[in-house]
Amino acid sequence: MTALEKINAPPTRLGGTALYDWDRLVQEDRAHRLIYTDPAIFEAEMTNIFGGTWTYLAHESEIPNDNDFITRRLGLRPLIVVRDGNGKIRALYNRCTHRGTTLCRWDKGNSKSFQCPYHGWNFLNTGKLRGVPWPDGYAEDMRDPKYNIAQVPRVESYRGFIFATLNMDALPLVEHLGPIAKVIDEWLDRNPGGKVVVCEANRFRYKGNWKLAYDNSCDGYHVAYSHRSLLETENRFAGENAKGMAYYRNSPDTQPMYMRYTGRGNHFKDKRPNLEQRPGGLWALESAHPGMEHYEAEFIRRYGDRAFALLDLAGSEPVNINVFPNFSLLGNHIQVFEPVGVEETNAIWYGTMIVDDGKVPKDAVTDINALRMRTQEGFPNFGEVDDIANFEQIQRGLMALEDEWVYMNRGFGIPDRVKTDADGTITAPATDEAFMREHFKEWKRLMKARPNLAIQREP
Amino acid sequence: MNAPAQKPDPSRTSHYVNDALYRALIENFSDWQDDARAVTDLAVRDEFRRLLEREARLLDQLRYDDWLAMYTPECVYWVPSTPQAGDPRREISVMFDDRRRLEDRIYRMRTGFAWSQAPASRTVRLITNVEAFATARDDTRMLRSNFLVSEFWGDETRVLTGWAGHRVTRDGAGWKIEAKQVNLIDCDQSIRNPSIIL
Ligand code: FES
Ligand SMILES: [Fe+2]
Repeated sequence: MTALEKINAPPTRLGGTALYDWDRLVQEDRAHRLIYTDPAIFEAEMTNIFGGTWTYLAHESEIPNDNDFITRRLGLRPLIVVRDGNGKIRALYNRCTHRGTTLCRWDKGNSKSFQCPYHGWNFLNTGKLRGVPWPDGYAEDMRDPKYNIAQVPRVESYRGFIFATLNMDALPLVEHLGPIAKVIDEWLDRNPGGKVVVCEANRFRYKGNWKLAYDNSCDGYHVAYSHRSLLETENRFAGENAKGMAYYRNSPDTQPMYMRYTGRGNHFKDKRPNLEQRPGGLWALESAHPGMEHYEAEFIRRYGDRAFALLDLAGSEPVNINVFPNFSLLGNHIQVFEPVGVEETNAIWYGTMIVDDGKVPKDAVTDINALRMRTQEGFPNFGEVDDIANFEQIQRGLMALEDEWVYMNRGFGIPDRVKTDADGTITAPATDEAFMREHFKEWKRLMKARPNLAIQREP
Repeated sequence: MNAPAQKPDPSRTSHYVNDALYRALIENFSDWQDDARAVTDLAVRDEFRRLLEREARLLDQLRYDDWLAMYTPECVYWVPSTPQAGDPRREISVMFDDRRRLEDRIYRMRTGFAWSQAPASRTVRLITNVEAFATARDDTRMLRSNFLVSEFWGDETRVLTGWAGHRVTRDGAGWKIEAKQVNLIDCDQSIRNPSIIL
């Protein structure tokens, strides 16, 4: 494999280090409206956050074969995420080195090369320029590396999740994830072979800042109200057997579930302790989904005692695992936040399915996945729609210029409510806003920094 | 003679969404727009056009009970998330509803707490290019139509557009909808607040 060569100095216009007094803008218990509305702050975030720290790009199952590619973005930078002919995963800038047009306009595919649609420069999927039409029209040697496609210098995977950063000083990904890696492991290891495969998505766009979604990712306070229509709907036949997230309805703070901050902007909400710890404990909470009674009866007939452990694989894992700034595992989804503009964001809920690892009965895999598709469509359809309506209305509310602050002080200042462990992890009741106070400390750290950003090209 | 076994109520339990249904659905919605099978009788085509126009009107008027009554008890409402509409057993759909989930959808909007639909969107649907196709079954037709839904919510009007496939089955003198496949032209892209019934 060819070694890559760092060729670029950090960009000259460095983020927003001098834009604002960040400590005034984000205080311990409240944040200024400008961080959601100011285009200059958004622009600074596109280098200091989406560039300055590890950002999720894609899942390896989306490019399973050599020469597969998908198009994605790192902040606003258009990327082609490829698995080259040697199996190496690269994040190429989707930008022709000649005059800048995007090289690839497809969402996904398989190709060894990308030919620019404008003047026909042709690039290998390693990023190297293979040739240009009529090269004798150039005085220069067109093999100069400056003509090879720019690429993100650091692309690393953690168990199939591909992250990237331009920051040469960022910790290796696994160290950056730190304690949250173990929670990701648990999320994966409940599936056969410790694996999932991405299978399309529920894709949303909202007119609001990207942080509104991340601020919501660990928020246990909104559930009973923002999702009231969902809770009422999924419990309309439930009687005593409360379904879904009904446990939020009564004194959620005294229940075993909790939120935990693990550093570097990452946090998770763990609702697993609320469950009955037995095969079928997860399945028992599932609300109505298409086909569930059929498959349940069929599994009991086919697999006897083992049926409920299998049905649990179609149930939504009750965790929200959030890696700052744009990645969230919740239920069986991989949720990704993509900034589009200061007031526009995509929230994409990639579905996942299980694979045959030789241990799950073969004929069960298809059926579990059929059920798992339907369980995964439930929340985006009946829950997320209401959250994004609220995000959009926050953005609108924040146009009230003189009312400057949003509060994140739930749980703040109450003795013994928030616990900090020796390793720095912070634990609080499920409706606490401690997660938000903490991820804003990380946001501020990154916004104040002068990150050592770089791009690379093939030599 | 034994009384026929009581059929489970599809509004309460979902037994009919099974592997056979998925296989039939995929088959029914593949390769059906065949010129040789096109219904050319104008009176028959008009009957189907009226059916689709009525469906559009009932949805625009939020008359969900009347709308649901146009469907068979064991119906499917399917909005694929890919332009070629793959296998819903291994692909997330924008929406994939059986009867009970359709009733959930309506129930949710009526709770008063469905913030994405509070207030309810105002919609106007244009249905055009209606074509009907015969199938291997004498009592079943496939309909293709183009739609454009203008949706007003908040302070803006936006557009959802694409084409729909309806599988209709004879019901007395009329027809009922067994399955509806809604193909948004941007089904694989991020969609703004997809909280209405298409
Ligand atoms: S812009 Fe790509 S070849 Fe000219
Ligand atoms: Fe939510």
